[in-house]
Formats: sequence, C-alpha cells, structure tokens
Amino acid sequence: MSLSVETLAVTIGDKRLLNEVSVAFASGHVTAILGPNGAGKSTLMACLAGLMQPTGGRVLLDDRPRGDFERRDLARRVGYLPQEADVHWNVDVATLVGLGRFPHRGRWGETPEDRDAVTRAMAATDVGGFAKRGVSTLSGGERARVLLARVLAGEPDWLLADEPLANLDPAHQLDGLDALRRVAAAGAGVIVVLHDLNHAARVADDVLLLRDGRVVAFGPPDQVLTRDLVAATYGVDTHVGVAPGGRRFLIPTERLA
Amino acid sequence: MNRLGLFLLLIGCLAAAALSVAAGKVWVPLDAWTAADPRSIIIVELRLPRTVLALTIGAALGLSGAVMQGYLRNPLADPGLLGVSPGAAFGAVMSLYFGYAAQAWLLPIFALAGAATAMALLALIAGRSASLVLFTLAGLVITNIAGSLTALAISLAPTPFVASEIITWLNGALTDRSWDDVKLALPLALAGAAILATTARSLDALTLGEGAARSMGVDPRRLQAAVIAGTALTVGASVAAAGVIGFIGLMVPHLVRPFAGNRPGAILLPSALGGALLLTLADAMVRIAPTVSELRLGIVMSMLGGPFFLALLLRMRKGLA
Repeated sequence: MSLSVETLAVTIGDKRLLNEVSVAFASGHVTAILGPNGAGKSTLMACLAGLMQPTGGRVLLDDRPRGDFERRDLARRVGYLPQEADVHWNVDVATLVGLGRFPHRGRWGETPEDRDAVTRAMAATDVGGFAKRGVSTLSGGERARVLLARVLAGEPDWLLADEPLANLDPAHQLDGLDALRRVAAAGAGVIVVLHDLNHAARVADDVLLLRDGRVVAFGPPDQVLTRDLVAATYGVDTHVGVAPGGRRFLIPTERLA
Repeated sequence: MNRLGLFLLLIGCLAAAALSVAAGKVWVPLDAWTAADPRSIIIVELRLPRTVLALTIGAALGLSGAVMQGYLRNPLADPGLLGVSPGAAFGAVMSLYFGYAAQAWLLPIFALAGAATAMALLALIAGRSASLVLFTLAGLVITNIAGSLTALAISLAPTPFVASEIITWLNGALTDRSWDDVKLALPLALAGAAILATTARSLDALTLGEGAARSMGVDPRRLQAAVIAGTALTVGASVAAAGVIGFIGLMVPHLVRPFAGNRPGAILLPSALGGALLLTLADAMVRIAPTVSELRLGIVMSMLGGPFFLALLLRMRKGLA
C-alpha cells in the first residue's frame, strides 16, 4: 500500500494553490499536515481524496495514477473525513456509521461483513452505547466519534481527516488523537490536517509543513517541528521545550516581522 | 420504513381509490360496473381514469419531492423549486394563449416542452459544476422567469376568456379527465419514477455532505442527470395531465420521514404511496364537498399546503433557535 503525490500543482485562475508538491506517505504512520491558513492543506487533501483535479503532477495509489482506479474501488481504499461535520438528516448513529459501507454494499443490501465492519468501527470509537440515538441529539465530541466511525466502517487503507479536532474540548481532542493513532497502529495510513503544533508533536510519525502551496519540510516531528522551520512556515517565534515524559511542546511567543 | 407501514399505505391507497371511484355528485356503488348497469359508463369512462390519474400524479409528485429534498438536503424543497413544474405550466399556458388548446393533444406537448426547456436550462446553467448551491439558485431563477412569463401571458391575454382559461389551468384539477390523459401521463411518470428510484443510495450518502458523498463513490454528474431527467418526466407528465398541483412534494416526505428513520433513500417508496393516497383522497373530497361547483383540487392542495409550510418553518425556527 502506497500513496504519494508527484510534482503536484493546482492553479486556479492565476492563483497557485499548490506548487511542485512531492510527498510519499507511509502506511502505518500518522502524517500530520501543518501550515498557515491558505498554505494549501485542504487543497492537498482534496486532491488526495479525489475531490479536486490537480492541474499538474499526479496522485499515485499503489504506484498507479489515481485516475486509473474505478470510483468505487478508490472509495474502498481511501476514506475521507471532511472538515464540515454537517449531518443533514437526523438518522440514528448505527445508520450513519452504516453509510461508511457505501462503497462495499452490493445490490442486495447489507451482508454479514458489512454488519461486522460497522460493529468493529463502533467499538473502535466507543459509540456502541448510543447506537440508536438520533445524530442531532449528540454532543460535539460524540458526533466527532460517530463521524470517524463512519469512515472506519469502510475499512480504508488510507484515512484522510481534514481538521477533525476543530471545536472539540481538550479531553475530546486527546481522544481523537488516540483514535487516529490506533487506526495507524492497525496498519492503515492516516493523513490528518492539524492546526495545533502540539497535537502534531503528540500524534504524528511524519510532519508535512506547507507554506504558499510549497513543501517547507517533511519528516519526523523532532526534525521538522523546530524553531527555525516553524518560523519559516508560520512567521512566528516559538519556545520549544520537552515535557515530562520526553514529548516536545511548542509555544508560539511572538510574530516575526 | 418497515413492511407494516408500507402495507398500511398500500391499503390506504386502495381504499382511497375505491372511494374515488364511488364518490361524486352521483354516488355509484362499486359493483355497478359488473352488471349491465347504465352507471357503469360513469365508472369506466369518468371515475376510473380520474382515479388512476390521481394515483399516478400523487405518486409522481410525492416521489419527486422526496428526491428533491434528499438531493438538495433541504426539507423545504419541492419539485416547483427546480423550475420544472413552473416551466411545464408556462408551456401549457402558451398553448392556451395561442388558442391551440382546441387541439387536445397540443397542450400536453407544450407542457412537456416547457418541462424539458426548464430542464435543459438547468443543465446549461448548473450542469458543469454540479454544485448544489448553484443548482438550487438556477432552479429558483427559472421558477421566477417561468412565473413572470406566465403572468405576462395572463396580462396580455387577447380576450378575458383566455385569461380566465389560463388562471383555471394554473389551479390544477382532475375534472373530466379521460383514458387519453392516462395513456399520456402514466408511461412518462413510470419512466421518471424508474430513473428517480436509482438515486436512493446516493441520496443516503449525501446525508454526509457533497464532499463525503463523492469520496464514497457517488458520481455527482450522474446523480444530477438522473435527478433532472426523473423530475422532468414525473413533474412534466403530472402538469400536462392535471395542471399545477402544489405542495404534495413538500408535505408527503415530511409525513412519512419519521416512520422511515429519516433516511432520505428510505422515504422514496413511502413518499410515492403517500402522495398517491393524499391526492386521491383530496380529489374524492372535492367531489364530495357540498359546494355549488366542484372545488379546484390545486386550490385545495394550496390551502392545505400553505399552513403546513408555515408550521414547518416555525418548527425549524424553534429547532434552530
């Protein structure tokens, strides 16, 4: 299983959203994508998820161009958790998670494999306790877990998550990070857009820094989340320290001119 | 929706159909058509085609409403919103305006042409991007254009007679329909329904939004094409046979949704059955009502639908507050 982008470029009008982006993502790893607003993070995710056609370069899945795959086959391999957490109809939790089986479902409805996958996904995200509740009655944290369960139910090789921790309190953010770690530990590749440097330091095996549509750095967090590279990416000075337990933390201290 | 619910809806449709065959200024017992009863002609030539049309049009409007609401993820959507139904009505009005209506078969052709034109315009404006917002706005614009052109036709009507004929048409009805109308509407509505039925699973996926649905393998252009073609056929056929009958597509999906667990794909069949039941019942009621002349079905549905729409809005506002 491999997923990579080669000299990827997206140009809309005369605006370059992505420029010469080449990255090989590793399965079994959590890759965090970081960068200031407008750096091209969501554009890169959209290209990986197949929601946007790059104007240059290509996306390779198992060393084959994305476009060679059938729509349904792609959907089975790559799961996408969009930033918008809207659920438009008040379906119950089990039904919503079951939607994750969409690319697998045959003409004749649910199979035992479908049911097993849904059960596993609900167990992995600990949402089994409210399987029959309507989605509109859930708290933000519960809803985030249910939406993650939906993607996991499809058992994709790759999980793309666009800012899954936005609007969650610190406890639920830690839960979300741990859930992403477990998905990667189970063998899938996880690619996640984050805004918080410390979340990336906690969860990521690889960090991709983007600025103005270009790659600033790509590598393990202790090599990439450095004062110099963070300054080059965000234009802020940071205090980098090591918390008890050996995990590094970063505190932005001031804006650089 | 579970089997019991569907079964009850089916029984309801049959009961409403039986009532519709029997009911009217002259009550005819259902067994009158078997005997060499002179009243059998009322049943076979008047009541039966009218009942079949009511079932067909009700089902077509209920189904297309359910599909539109699921597709636009908007519980206030109605086939009229797409502009297809106003387009079809404008086509029919043009045939009345130019006096072609004397030829009975020309009006349906004009109505279908109007629906097809509205559909083609939609595809032209919104087709390439396949974005829901653009699609909705394009539908609203077409609705407005068709509505203002219709108003223009009324104000420029050559004689008061034509104006009143147009206004009568705009308030749909099933009075004096024959098997010819059934032969026209039924095959078109069935073809449209078959196309709309294929959208069910994609509508489920759209619950999670456009991006997630596409990432799950939904082809947005194919879905949009199916929604446009299916809606144009079902709504075009309905307007051609009965004029404008509003609010069925808005009301019925709401009434059946709670029983189907709110899943958009699961309400298609119940909405078709519910629409058939509602319209057939309403059409029987306008004949039973003790009024001097028969109430117009389109007006009755609007009088039911207006307050329903308002109640829906108030409930949604409470939900949002």
